[in-house]
Amino acid sequence: MAALLEVENLRTHFATRNGVVRAVDGLSFHVDAGETLAIVGESGCGKSVTSLSIMGLVDQPPARIAGQIRLDGRDLVALPEAEMRHLRGNEIGMIFQEPMTSLNPLLTIGHQIAEPVMLHQGLDRAAAWARALDMLTLVGIPAPERRLRDYPHQLSGGMRQRAMIAMALACNPKILVADEPTTALDVTIQAQIIALMRDLQQRTGSAIILITHDLGVVAEMAARVVVMYAGRKVEEADVATIFADPRHPYTRGLLGAVPRPGTGGACHRLAEIPGSVPSLIKPLVGCAFAGRCDRAADICHRAAPAWRQIAPGHGAACHFAGAA
Amino acid sequence: MTAPLLGVRDLVKHYPVRNGLFGRATETVHAVDGVSFHVDAGETLAIVGESGCGKSTVGKVVLGLAPATAGQVTFGGESYAGLRPADMKRIRRRLQVVFQDPFSSMNPRMRVRDIIAEPLENFAVVDGRDAVTDRVRDLLVRVGLPAEALNRYPHEFSGGQRQRICIARALAPGADLIVCDEAVSALDVSVKAQIVNLLLDLQAEFGLALLFISHDIAVVEHMAHRVAVMYLGRIMEIGDRDALFARPRHPYTQALLSAVPVADPTVRRVRPMLTGDLPSPIDPPGGCRFHTRCPLAFDRCRVDEPVLRPVGPGQQMACHLDQADG
Amino acid sequence: MTVPAPDGEVFAVAPDLPPLIAAPPRRGPVATFVRRHPTIVIGAALLGLMALVAICAPLLGTGDPQALAPAKRIRAPSAEFWFGTDSLGRDVYSRVIYGARTSLLVGLVVALAATAAGVAVGLVSGFVRWLDPILMRVIDGLMAIPSVLIAIALLGIARGSVVNVIIAIALAEFPRVARLVRGVVLSLREQPYVDAAQACGSGSGRIMWRHILPNALDPIIVQATYIGASAIIAEAVLSFIGVGTPPTVPSWGNIMAEGRALWQVKPYIVFFPAVFLCITVLGVNLLGDGLRDMLDPRVAKRA
Repeated sequence: MAALLEVENLRTHFATRNGVVRAVDGLSFHVDAGETLAIVGESGCGKSVTSLSIMGLVDQPPARIAGQIRLDGRDLVALPEAEMRHLRGNEIGMIFQEPMTSLNPLLTIGHQIAEPVMLHQGLDRAAAWARALDMLTLVGIPAPERRLRDYPHQLSGGMRQRAMIAMALACNPKILVADEPTTALDVTIQAQIIALMRDLQQRTGSAIILITHDLGVVAEMAARVVVMYAGRKVEEADVATIFADPRHPYTRGLLGAVPRPGTGGACHRLAEIPGSVPSLIKPLVGCAFAGRCDRAADICHRAAPAWRQIAPGHGAACHFAGAA
Repeated sequence: MTAPLLGVRDLVKHYPVRNGLFGRATETVHAVDGVSFHVDAGETLAIVGESGCGKSTVGKVVLGLAPATAGQVTFGGESYAGLRPADMKRIRRRLQVVFQDPFSSMNPRMRVRDIIAEPLENFAVVDGRDAVTDRVRDLLVRVGLPAEALNRYPHEFSGGQRQRICIARALAPGADLIVCDEAVSALDVSVKAQIVNLLLDLQAEFGLALLFISHDIAVVEHMAHRVAVMYLGRIMEIGDRDALFARPRHPYTQALLSAVPVADPTVRRVRPMLTGDLPSPIDPPGGCRFHTRCPLAFDRCRVDEPVLRPVGPGQQMACHLDQADG
Repeated sequence: MTVPAPDGEVFAVAPDLPPLIAAPPRRGPVATFVRRHPTIVIGAALLGLMALVAICAPLLGTGDPQALAPAKRIRAPSAEFWFGTDSLGRDVYSRVIYGARTSLLVGLVVALAATAAGVAVGLVSGFVRWLDPILMRVIDGLMAIPSVLIAIALLGIARGSVVNVIIAIALAEFPRVARLVRGVVLSLREQPYVDAAQACGSGSGRIMWRHILPNALDPIIVQATYIGASAIIAEAVLSFIGVGTPPTVPSWGNIMAEGRALWQVKPYIVFFPAVFLCITVLGVNLLGDGLRDMLDPRVAKRA
């Protein structure tokens, strides 16, 4: 069965005054219907640019996109903007990190949720507002009838994020792209939103691409994980395997750097990854992680590793991925 | 018993909300509403809480950047009340800060050398321009940066490196206590680990005390000796790290700790889910501030505001449930 | 710790593809600057040209701008009088060229003076909280009156001279700068590095001088250029209505005033100074726009 979304060899390069930034450089992954895929990485790894490329929100004059992004078989990269607009909000929903700046402060919540419904599903105003009310109830906002007429600034951070989820899901999209949806929220609110998203996914059957740097959120929500570094995929596996048996040194480093609850007593040092992320402008020779890797060999500095399949559904881009 | 390095008693900080034609204060933000704690030399006290709990305000008042509305703050035995600027400067030499945003906590127009030299010059730690430059070099190396960095500007460095520069600046005058106001929150995971390790190393080497203000529970558990949990301007629970994390007694602490997502897919959290949103600090709920969201609230909670009482060795909480447990 | 690669082992490598976009060609620093900031270059060129004209006025084939030749008055532009003569027989060309000195001098000095005064008031207002409302109400009052009217009122009590014109216009213009500086100071005061400086033991004076002022320079510089343009026009207007520079000092404004009565018949007396005025103000405005674009970090930077 073909995957719902297939990304093949995606490359998104930006022309800047200092050179060409290779934000995404040969990324391939797939998302099946109804599953949650997490894309994990730190700043500059290209995960946000990936989501924007999928949505077609990257302006092509300063950037160039190559590769294929197939949604249900249709290639999105080659799609003209007019058709892409039909998909956005309709078949692909998106949730951003900062709900305050992603919601129009001058329009009511109800208007912003009803708008895509009217646009894509051709419902009239009354029907669209009724649907908006349903969505607000679905995402658990108390007193939804009153909230419909509220403006974003009248809602708290958690409520705004729920409103944004309602907006993204209003047209029952097949796939939801969530870019750091809980990063800006308090921890207790974050827990509520995670539970909500899991619940909604069960009910609506949308697939979710969850972009985050928080491994705890990944563990709670994702079924499969893609780890990105310097614009490339370095490891992919289902969530249990990624945490139990990471094969790429970067994944290992990342997991080691997260403080584990219950271990504070020893107050020992966190595993560090020395150095910092390489510049994406200078051409990279060899493996992007070689400069920081504790098991880098001569080959690592000379040639970038190809993808190695370790087990069905588990692969890594490392010359020594096979070794335990 | 040695006196604590930093002592805070019944600290209150209110901010007027200025509305009206001539800026009359119509409402007040009860940012901090009666907070007491102490920090001993060489230990790390973490203050955790969510937005609006007042932890950053506590930091500001402790640093002397904002005057307290009521209550007392003492450092090294000296109270802040009625202190002249010259005396405050003496305290400041021993009390430094690292802020959250490595991008905006340094003047973009100053070179690194001058940024770190500022406290050295202000407090006359060393004499003469060359001595200052040498000391800056030493500090840079101590925090893991090349000595040549002193000639560059902040924007030439990454977030983690900038934070190291800020730490060097905080170490420069030979501080006894460093206030870390969300010092690692804006950093990537791997960089966070580097800076946390650096802070722990420096604490061990220089015997620093740290007032670690953060919302990141996992890092707090890793770093702190004692932890205070704040909610809407008051401390709900305070105690030794191990005791608090192993047996959180206050319902808010329990909800907070269990809400943290664990980086382990095999663990399934059972969460007391808090309903509703954080009330506004302009109009905090009467009685216990947490009662509007507490799953265990009962009648007394709506009326009586609980005070901090010991509930175990090295652990105190402000909750009426402690009576029930005995 | 490295693992030596066993001999003969084959490592699969990823293909090394070139970037999708050709890197923009590396040009020299001057060419890059011109390409990226054309407005600054054009503005500076126009302004520089005018400045050159003003400085080298005696060398540009001019005569005495005050020389009267009633016999040759109101002549059209010719080989002898390149821009013609006015109603008193003076050479319009010489007057226009020397007029450049007046206008540029006024523009420059007013820009500097208004900026200095505005920075002083704005800094104090932004920093000393209790003075702020008082100063701002005064500034608001001054700004409510059109600058030209303030200048007229002041010049009504004083004699017309270039110095007085400068003072009057500077007085009318500095509130704008004060407002701007105050706003910038208020926002910069909230920056964490100001808190950090306080925690480092720096006093208000040091903070104002080393932290606030250097970071406030960018918008101040841009505003100064706009004030320069505004001052040049204001001087021309004041001279035009007769309360600016005295008639003995050539100024584009009073040249145009003298030509006003005749302009339907002999438009050149008004035309030439007007053209020079336009070019100068355009140059200053372009320079200001270009500087603002260069210094404002929020303007998108494209290759």
